[in-house]
Amino acid sequence: MSSATATPASGSRAPAVTDPPIRRPRRRMRAGTLVSILAMLAVTAFVLLPIAIIVLTAFKPTAEVNAYPPTLVPDTWTLDNMRRIVTELPFSRLVLNSFVFAGGVTAFALVFDSLAAYALARIDFRGRRALLIAIIASLMIPFQATLVPVYQLVSELGWVNTFPGLIAPRAADAFGIFFLRQFFLALPRDLDSAARIDGANEFRIFRSIVLPNVVPALLTLGIFTFVNNWNDLLWPLVFTTEQEMGTITSGLTLLTGPGGIIPYGVMMAGSLIAILPLVVAFLLVQRRFIESVATTGLKG
Amino acid sequence: MSTQTPGSRAAYRAPAPLGGRSSGRPPGRSLLRGEARRGTTALAFLLPALVVLAAFVLWPMISALRLSFTDAAGFGTENWVGLENYSAVFTDAGVRDAVVNTVLYAAIFTPTAVVAALVLALVVNNPRLPWRGFFRTSLFLPFVVSLAVAAFAWSYLIDPQVGLVTYWLSGVGIQLGDVLEDPTLAMPAVALVAVWKSFGFYFVIFLAGLQDIPASLYEAARVDGAGALGRFRHVTLPLLSNTFAFVGVFAMIAALQAFDQIYVMTGGGPYGHTQTIVMEIYESGFRKLELGFASALSYVLLVATLLLSILQFVFFGRREEDLS
Repeated sequence: MSSATATPASGSRAPAVTDPPIRRPRRRMRAGTLVSILAMLAVTAFVLLPIAIIVLTAFKPTAEVNAYPPTLVPDTWTLDNMRRIVTELPFSRLVLNSFVFAGGVTAFALVFDSLAAYALARIDFRGRRALLIAIIASLMIPFQATLVPVYQLVSELGWVNTFPGLIAPRAADAFGIFFLRQFFLALPRDLDSAARIDGANEFRIFRSIVLPNVVPALLTLGIFTFVNNWNDLLWPLVFTTEQEMGTITSGLTLLTGPGGIIPYGVMMAGSLIAILPLVVAFLLVQRRFIESVATTGLKG
Repeated sequence: MSTQTPGSRAAYRAPAPLGGRSSGRPPGRSLLRGEARRGTTALAFLLPALVVLAAFVLWPMISALRLSFTDAAGFGTENWVGLENYSAVFTDAGVRDAVVNTVLYAAIFTPTAVVAALVLALVVNNPRLPWRGFFRTSLFLPFVVSLAVAAFAWSYLIDPQVGLVTYWLSGVGIQLGDVLEDPTLAMPAVALVAVWKSFGFYFVIFLAGLQDIPASLYEAARVDGAGALGRFRHVTLPLLSNTFAFVGVFAMIAALQAFDQIYVMTGGGPYGHTQTIVMEIYESGFRKLELGFASALSYVLLVATLLLSILQFVFFGRREEDLS
């Protein structure tokens, strides 16, 4: 509560927010809105600065990158950094690994999670409540806390430096099950009763009737899972020791480790390639994506 | 899932009606399928996920608990050492520092991210503000950038020699110096990188929370003669307070898992000043192979996260009550 009251600063801007658009002195409103616009433009510019610096530095010659005073936009544009990052790292391999790892986890998790969620939401069986509570409880376990034994297990299976080792431990996820269950619960019962009377089995009802109705939820969960895994650093760092099996995210950190002095331009070129697929995909689906985060809520 | 976002696992606004559905089952179904039959079907659906969760969540949890009472070192024999690892967690100066550092990190990250998100949500929620879609998208964009890449970009921006932000600040008389080598500034720096990446997520949640507040309440307050500030204080604040607490706990859980950008920017330095719990787990578990010790530390993280999660569920429920 104390922190809630610690935001009176927002109060000064808030009036404009909470005013329904009725009878108000127009001129005063406009001034308030103008201040909001200017403030928002400044904040947005600052928020986008790191992304701008990645894009612009990636094409900046080394001499300019190291020049003082520093500049934002390159005077001359070059592809040298791009060429260099490809030789510094097995770059295409790392990008491929990222796609296989993040894509594999996403595909498996969507299938396994939706199957389990279906049973928990729409099949009445003994022990359902207890199982649901167990799954909700396991939501609270941070993966960092079980990393050591998970690594031991993966290592005993001989899966270190393999895709099964990277993917299998994440092939199902308590959050995904819980998340999809909420959507399955919301679907009307009548939806499948006709098919049931016609003798369709449970799997057919799941596949042809229930799943098509939750495509947006699957899409949201899929994007989230993909982004989180693509961006994860600790996981590939632990489960891959060979450079060739790393992801783009873990591979880039090799360039900057202790003693690994690398020109900023090359680092930014690598960073640009690392964020490009996600940023492009996000911008394509952003409206739906943000709305689904807002209305359904998701883990970060 | 992942750390980056500050990755914790929790659901926002998806109150689980625990088993509450069973009462609403149409009676006709039980005629067609017996309970045993349903149990078998359910098991078939659940099996793949349960195998994965049992092998990679449940078993590791038990295994970590056992390891935490041994001197396991990745090879050779394991000896039972009782509570030695746990006492080391709280007496070993380096580890105690990691706990203190994590708390400090959370104390910087949580309020900054949550308040920034709230203020921006209040501004962007104004229907008169133009380009709201653009602002919303831009503020959320950092969320898809990995913390590692964010760390690269910010390291360059605050580089003592060629950093653009360093240069701009020196223009207004602020000498930043070598932030990442500075024992007092390094921690705020790595925490603010996480704020940059995560606040957009909290911002979107606040935005949804604001839009959930019924317009009729504002109308009622207006009829009662409440001014803009009064409506904010008496309608917006109380109705948003549980969302606020929920997001706050969510951010705190995320803060406990800080790793990625610290690994990239400082490696825990200077002189251990940015060494966090997860950094310490990584180093003891995967570099020094002190598995028993790493497991004890893991359990400290686990219990802290559990306590915060329970708090979160409380706010969760309270928020639903508010809106119903």
